[in-house]
Amino acid sequence: MDVIPAQAGIQDIRKEWIPAFAGMTKYKDSIVDKKRDTGLIQDEPLIFEQGGKGRKGYSLPRWDIEEGEASNLIPFNLLREELEGFPQLSEVDVVRHFTRLSQWNYGVDSGFYPLGSCTMKYNPKVNEEVARMSGFAHIHPYQPEDLSQGILKLMFELEGFLAEITGMDHVSLQPAAGAHGELAGMMMIRACLQARGEGRRKVLVPDTAHGTNCSTSSIASYQMVEIKSNEKGMIPPENVAAEMNEEVAAIMVTNPNTLGLFEEDLREIAEIVHRKGGLIYCDGANLNALMGIVKLGDLGVDVVHINLHKTFSTPHGGGGPGSGPVAIKKELAPYLPIPVIEKVGETYKLNEDRPLSIGKMRAFYGNFGVLVKAYSYILSMGAEGLRKASEMAVLNANYLMKRLKGHFYLPYDRPCMHECVFTDRFQERYHVSTLDIAKRLIDYGFHPPTIYFPLVVKGALMIEPTETESKESLDRFIETMMEIAKEAEENPDLLRQSPQKVKVKRLDEVLAARKPKLKWTKGE
Amino acid sequence: MEDFARYIPHTEEDIQKMLEVVGVKEVKDLFESIPKEYRLSKPLNLPSPLSEPDLLHHLQRLQSPIFSSFLGAGAYHHFIPAVVSALTSRSEFYTAYTPYQPEISQGTLQAIFEYQTLMCQLTGMEVSNASMYDGASSLAEAVLMAHRITKRKKVLLSQAIHPEYRKVIQTYIDPDQQEIILVPYEKEEGRTNEKVLLDLLDGETSAVVVQSPNFFGVVEDLHPIIEKVHENGSLMIVGFSEAIAYGILNPPGTMGADIVAGEGQSLGLPLSFGGPYLGIFTTQERFVRMMPGRLVGETVDLDGKRGFVLTLAAREQHIRRERATSNICTNEGLCALMATIFLSCLGKEGLRELAIMNLSKKEYAKKIVSQIPNCKPTFSSPTFNEFVLRIGEKPEKVLEEMKEKKILGGLPLAKFYPELNHHLLITVTEMNTKEEIDQWAENLQRALIS
Repeated sequence: MDVIPAQAGIQDIRKEWIPAFAGMTKYKDSIVDKKRDTGLIQDEPLIFEQGGKGRKGYSLPRWDIEEGEASNLIPFNLLREELEGFPQLSEVDVVRHFTRLSQWNYGVDSGFYPLGSCTMKYNPKVNEEVARMSGFAHIHPYQPEDLSQGILKLMFELEGFLAEITGMDHVSLQPAAGAHGELAGMMMIRACLQARGEGRRKVLVPDTAHGTNCSTSSIASYQMVEIKSNEKGMIPPENVAAEMNEEVAAIMVTNPNTLGLFEEDLREIAEIVHRKGGLIYCDGANLNALMGIVKLGDLGVDVVHINLHKTFSTPHGGGGPGSGPVAIKKELAPYLPIPVIEKVGETYKLNEDRPLSIGKMRAFYGNFGVLVKAYSYILSMGAEGLRKASEMAVLNANYLMKRLKGHFYLPYDRPCMHECVFTDRFQERYHVSTLDIAKRLIDYGFHPPTIYFPLVVKGALMIEPTETESKESLDRFIETMMEIAKEAEENPDLLRQSPQKVKVKRLDEVLAARKPKLKWTKGE
Repeated sequence: MEDFARYIPHTEEDIQKMLEVVGVKEVKDLFESIPKEYRLSKPLNLPSPLSEPDLLHHLQRLQSPIFSSFLGAGAYHHFIPAVVSALTSRSEFYTAYTPYQPEISQGTLQAIFEYQTLMCQLTGMEVSNASMYDGASSLAEAVLMAHRITKRKKVLLSQAIHPEYRKVIQTYIDPDQQEIILVPYEKEEGRTNEKVLLDLLDGETSAVVVQSPNFFGVVEDLHPIIEKVHENGSLMIVGFSEAIAYGILNPPGTMGADIVAGEGQSLGLPLSFGGPYLGIFTTQERFVRMMPGRLVGETVDLDGKRGFVLTLAAREQHIRRERATSNICTNEGLCALMATIFLSCLGKEGLRELAIMNLSKKEYAKKIVSQIPNCKPTFSSPTFNEFVLRIGEKPEKVLEEMKEKKILGGLPLAKFYPELNHHLLITVTEMNTKEEIDQWAENLQRALIS
């Protein structure tokens, strides 16, 4: 039979879906399912559990040549039989399916998204339109350079803008995401030190660092040495001095750090590291606090990566595509990934002839479709706009911090930059945790903050409002948080059982990890 | 008010009220925690802000002209149904973050679960991750994974792997820990030389990597090597840059591959000057805990209802930190969604028909071009939608003349393979009409005569 029965793997759902007559999937007794009185968040089977033979959701160009027979052109043993399990759906099926799925999601356009360290600011619509322009979207990366002059000009100018904003000398747009930019940066540091004849093997990473800093340093073959932050949430220069020696290649810092605080001694730290021949890597994930305010390059930073999908408003896509350009000081220029975009007279060129380069990080030149959006954003904002964005981001964070203080415990009580970190300490006595607070926010229609990070703060709630939120939007969130604090006292169970007003309630993550079911399988 | 105010909602009054709450006088006082000497005294040197109409006007002029194209080599011009863009333009998908809060991310999570399933079906493998940056970095991560599993030092790379992918692998590996050994291709057939490959296989070989279809479009045959690779305790890694080929080709998984890693751009993603693309990464279940990248798994909620979560995160950087299997965090989620929607539309029959159309169009182009004097397909092995063509003139001159007729006639190979200095890589997809192919051949002939 050609029916795809329901292979949900869960009793409830299995009961709902049964194989019916050929080509169709039908409910057990009637086509009305009384269990599905869930309005807009009704269930939706997997694509593999619907449709049937003969359903078609595509049309191909007409055959204007003779249709070849695969088995005449390719040896039989290199050909496959059918695409086992592949769906067969009509266009309407596909549209309804993914529309339904989208309704279970929450994006920046749905509402306030205060996810700390992720800079979930509004993603301007014009940028999406620009990236879809046919003279960008349908252009082959290997077309002759003289046809790509506009595109190369755009990339060259974007590099210049990012260098100006960060105070660095050169930029490579090649990395596909922040962690990819980190890797490119650490590889350039390794290459630079090797060229100096130094085989340093260690990297200093503060305990407040993003997890990517640690894994990047080990993938770049460095051994990580952790630096403790102090009671103010800062990296103390003396802790760096104590670990700094000729074995250390670099320090990886984040500024503002993951507590939302400006590393006030960064210049001194840079001097300590530089004096012993090391380099300064800065994670630029939090650049949204600093545009037009401070240039990282002025603080002694040698390499910094920039998350265009954070600071420069390109959408995060539910997990990418991002873009993580890496900016460097002159000394590291010979090691930039190839190709490098150069301007010779009025002509732009892709230069691959750079013998000291670390090589290529990816097949072509970067996530161009994302680069266009960031370029478009920077041109829309200009210097004043970017500065204003950072100012309002910092204002929003401080306003929120000030108003929530007293309702939630603030472990580092000092002016913050673009984000602030609270904890669940006040709610602990009611056996209410950070997770419960986060989940309860969902019932009120907000995306939760980043939780349990940074690791140095127990039960952290890391809140980054960004500049694109209005005062009303912040007030609504603040008042909701206050209400949740009250609920924690009066009705803690409500929090522990949240969220309720969602497609699914809290999910069994232990089961998911213990018995991994990572794909749909026929007949299960 | 300034044009950029459209993205920043604060009124003067709001700002004053908020500053009062914070307890400072002016906006600049918010930055007191930054030592004064660090703060900039003059504005950034950037162009003045543009309004939306001015911005569009400016960007329109930076676009490239669109020519009739016979370029491929890892970036393919395929038809993208309107459904793909319509659905991925839903901002609930594209403005969401990585699905850390599963209760309000079931859309993204279920779509990734479907993507993982489709990728397993396409490649014949048991497990797929949620995506990598692109085909090249995905293949490089496969090489790193093989090293983690086998702890061996050598990796054999076929010379017929996309040269840019090989460069990325070279960048990713630590030369102190791993060494790349190139396996040449057969000069007649354009396939990886299996005899040399088997000779090079030894106790230090962590993995053998081939691409199929390879850079020349040639379909590789794993059958003669796979058993010996496994007997040797090495892993078989198969790369690819043209995923549509697996609409008809025997998937590497059923032939015994251990890791299949390649490029998914063909599955509904625009060319976009080389990115964003989609790194596909699949492996066998026994290696799941060694694999890089995000994974989505099925589970149940408190009421026993089916739901999806990110799982096996103990491999990942945010949990495992310096001992993570990879540093990858943000990947290519929306691109994976595009591929999922594309494959949902095409389905079982559509992908096969599309693959046959590509194969047939290429065959047609190959046939007519073979009749032109001084033109000869170089390799005798079967290819998918690409083939290498030797021409009697310097490719640069010929391509230049064709460009004047608004045709991108093929990719000169000398840059990647100095010995193929009179050779073009020709790619023909369903988007090239018969008329276009005929014109391409005519212009090629004219350019060769002149």
